[in-house]
Amino acid sequence: MADTAIRTRTQKPAPAKGRGRKVGRLPRAAVHHPWWFALPAIAVFAAFFLVPNLLNFYYPFTNWSSYHPDIAFTGLDNFKTIADDGSLLRAIRTTLVYALLAAVFQNGFGLVLALLLEEDSRFNRFFRAVFFLPVLISALATGYVFQALLNQDGAVNGLLGTNIPWLGSTTWTLVLVTVIHGWKWMGLSMLIYLAGLKGIPGEMLEAAKCDGAGPWRTFWSVRWPMLAPALTFNVTTALIGSMNTFDIVQATTGGGPAASTEVFNIYMFRVFGQGLYAQASTMSLVLFLIVVALAIPLVFGLRRREQLL
Amino acid sequence: MAIAALAVGVPLWLVAVTSAKPQAEAITPNLDLPRHWQPGGNYEEAVSQGEMLRGFLNSLLVVVPSVALVLILGAGAAWVFARRKSKLVSAAYALCISGLLLPPAVITIVMELRQLGLAGTRPGMIAVYTGMYLSTSIFFMTGFIRAIPVELEEAARMDGATPLRIFRQIILPLLRPVIATATIMVMLYAWSDIFYAFFVLGGGEKATLPLNLYKVASAQLYLNNWHLVFAYVVVMSLPMVAIFLVAQRKIVSGITSGAVK
Repeated sequence: MADTAIRTRTQKPAPAKGRGRKVGRLPRAAVHHPWWFALPAIAVFAAFFLVPNLLNFYYPFTNWSSYHPDIAFTGLDNFKTIADDGSLLRAIRTTLVYALLAAVFQNGFGLVLALLLEEDSRFNRFFRAVFFLPVLISALATGYVFQALLNQDGAVNGLLGTNIPWLGSTTWTLVLVTVIHGWKWMGLSMLIYLAGLKGIPGEMLEAAKCDGAGPWRTFWSVRWPMLAPALTFNVTTALIGSMNTFDIVQATTGGGPAASTEVFNIYMFRVFGQGLYAQASTMSLVLFLIVVALAIPLVFGLRRREQLL
Repeated sequence: MAIAALAVGVPLWLVAVTSAKPQAEAITPNLDLPRHWQPGGNYEEAVSQGEMLRGFLNSLLVVVPSVALVLILGAGAAWVFARRKSKLVSAAYALCISGLLLPPAVITIVMELRQLGLAGTRPGMIAVYTGMYLSTSIFFMTGFIRAIPVELEEAARMDGATPLRIFRQIILPLLRPVIATATIMVMLYAWSDIFYAFFVLGGGEKATLPLNLYKVASAQLYLNNWHLVFAYVVVMSLPMVAIFLVAQRKIVSGITSGAVK
């Protein structure tokens, strides 16, 4: 790539005492850690991440679709359409509920597993690997597995001898899908909580024991506060990550029943399939704004909490 | 503990037994052992009908270059971000890791790729994955490089090593643990991704494994082919499980050192 930069450098070998002397007129940083190491990454990131996100502030205000050869500015029409047909509020509500519950389940399962498997033994190491398996299976596949389990003629009803339409309730199916989400990702949370638990100095736990603290007391007064950084990471990634959910929902319910599990990405997928690109893009912009509005206070809040504890 | 084990055991068991059942037995998925074992037949059918081999190749052709680019570009950027100190550097760093939180604007990515003539192509897909996952690798690697003493670089510099040489011979080898982690994470995400693949690649010739699985499973409604769906699930998951088993130690230490410092 920038071969010349290297060659000029080789012709002028570093001075005997690396510090203090400048090479040419360039500041030291520019010579030692030249920008061109970072530029390819910045260029790709800008072109395929930032630019689309910027474009996303323009296309929602147009009539871009597979039916219009030309793209024309239409103002707030798309926002009005999705607000009037109820999909905007529904998607916001569904996605927020999904994110919240998914984060609760993922962290709850993960933390319990981490506490159960804390001690290093052969048995525990084996089960840690077992509980990590769902992380390795794709979310789409996970969705199909649970569809086969929870279908009305599926394995769970067959096992229990019941006939419950697990995935057919307009209120409870959403909750059930978030449990599946928690199931898929609990292994990752577990791993991070385990790392947090490992980081607690042994003397601290012993001191608690000497002071006569039982397991509950030790958990709340020692372990839980020391887990703050792990909690920050887990809660942030779970909440923000599950706002972007698609595969599990698509594979289990496809957004149904009666659109009760239609999160942002399911909506975009459906509407894009109908050729209404600008409308899908509008939803994408709303998702972007909500994530920004949620992520910033969340990260700062949890960081502050870490410092307080 | 028993409940927890069942919670993972039952679904995995279901996948395993169903993928070995003939269609007639698999119509209503249950946990019974197959009365008639035919795993070979199912996998063969999945290969021929589900275009599994093509899907596998397509997946490899987008995932491997994406991972390579994410690692190489990410390491270069992380090195500069970790070592240089100025407002411009911090701003560039903040921007580059913004992808950790911000959702990718998938609809306008399609628009942009169309204008660039990259829509529906592998380079387009690779570009999208690279753009999306660069943030992760830059974030992990920058933190990691900051912990490497600068003196190591200075010593090499005194011996006349160029920046490229220092990067290749000192930084990259030291980055090995974090490279292992980033590889697995990006691979895992890209290997199982269907959402972005759907928008960028669509079905057809270049469909990756998850897109094929989606197609097979969508036909499920009238074909009742759970046996094929689960054969697919097994084939899709095995490479990831194998990689995990091989690199388990490194992955665990890498993930944990990056997340909770």
